[in-house]
Amino acid sequence: MKNHILRPLWVAILLVSAILIARGLYVPDDFGVNGRNFTYGFHRKGNIEDWKAFPVKYRGRDYCKECHEDNYSSVSDSAHAVIQCENCHGPALGHPDNPEALEIDRSRGLCLRCHADLPYPGSQRGDLPAINPDEHNPDTPCADCHNPHNPEQEG
Amino acid sequence: MSKKCSRRNFIKKSIAGAVAAGLPLSAFKLLAPGEARAALKESNLRWAFLVDTRKCVGCGFCVKACKKENEVPYDVPVTRTWVERYVVTRDGRTHIDSPMGGRDGFTYKRIREEEIPDSEITKAFFVPKLCNQCQNPACVQVCPVGATYQTTDGVVLVDRTWCIGCGYCIMACPYGVRFFHPVHKVAEKCTFCYHRITKGLKTACVDACPFGARRIGNIKDENDPVTKTILTERVAVLKDEYGTKPHVFYLGLDERVR
Repeated sequence: MKNHILRPLWVAILLVSAILIARGLYVPDDFGVNGRNFTYGFHRKGNIEDWKAFPVKYRGRDYCKECHEDNYSSVSDSAHAVIQCENCHGPALGHPDNPEALEIDRSRGLCLRCHADLPYPGSQRGDLPAINPDEHNPDTPCADCHNPHNPEQEG
Repeated sequence: MSKKCSRRNFIKKSIAGAVAAGLPLSAFKLLAPGEARAALKESNLRWAFLVDTRKCVGCGFCVKACKKENEVPYDVPVTRTWVERYVVTRDGRTHIDSPMGGRDGFTYKRIREEEIPDSEITKAFFVPKLCNQCQNPACVQVCPVGATYQTTDGVVLVDRTWCIGCGYCIMACPYGVRFFHPVHKVAEKCTFCYHRITKGLKTACVDACPFGARRIGNIKDENDPVTKTILTERVAVLKDEYGTKPHVFYLGLDERVR
């Protein structure tokens, strides 16, 4: 075969093999069709384990109960029993080792999430005890008068 | 060529060609490993979500918990789940808002700088939204590199090491649940808290909801309380006409919700 045909041919073959070798090195072994079919299951299988290993931050009220039995039971008997401890106290991951104390949200905004007056027909929101945040002691923290662990009782 | 192209020869060859073309295709279909595996052993689990819009009070604890649990930057206006407020007035207008995705709840009657008197409201409600974990996810179909995929239990995940950040999936999702993660610089979406549900926990948003407006269950288990509700009550899904087969079901969904 003539030289001017062979030389570019060699270049092309070299390029293609270089790409194939690079691909073989770069693409992980577990990459391929792992799920339902090619359209929905073409991925790196190890990524499922990566996601499972993501740290759990919210532990739930039963975890809090192990040390804070008193607060757990007082909340459980109140109208606030439906609210998870961590909704106000923050996620328990690492507690009590690090952080030792959790960052508690004591803002008026936290209480107003449910108790700002929005009398909406067709939504349970209208049934909750509510105040107008601009008129009801606007500069006072709610916890000065109300006990969040037992809202029926004045704190 | 010794044989000439007679009619007999032509028909013979056509039939042989058709058989040759058809056989390997059907043989391949039978052997597809993913389909066989999915159909045989991993088909007893399929996550589904149930939202009761009548119970939602718009407290936004779900959004707060989701952002903290899944390390979505708290003060950036992106979120995996959000709560929308719908207020319908007597003049037929629908006022919709979702400030910061409802992260801090809804504490004022004002909607988009507009004061709406209570007497004008005919109905008003909150609608939590999250990834629908579609059976036919459009976002997965468009991924050019295989970075997003559907697990055998029906959850759509993104491989952060493989995503090139092209944003096709963000454009493709009819529900607008995908966004660009400001820290990892890849596509981001709700995973149904895959790290929690695979350990037997509920998702962070389900645990945070004080009123039981959010629930998660296995739709392939008929004894699952969530599945029972979906099977026996009147539920709706969002944008059914897209054919994506969403797996977030809604109780009390209004036609104004899109």
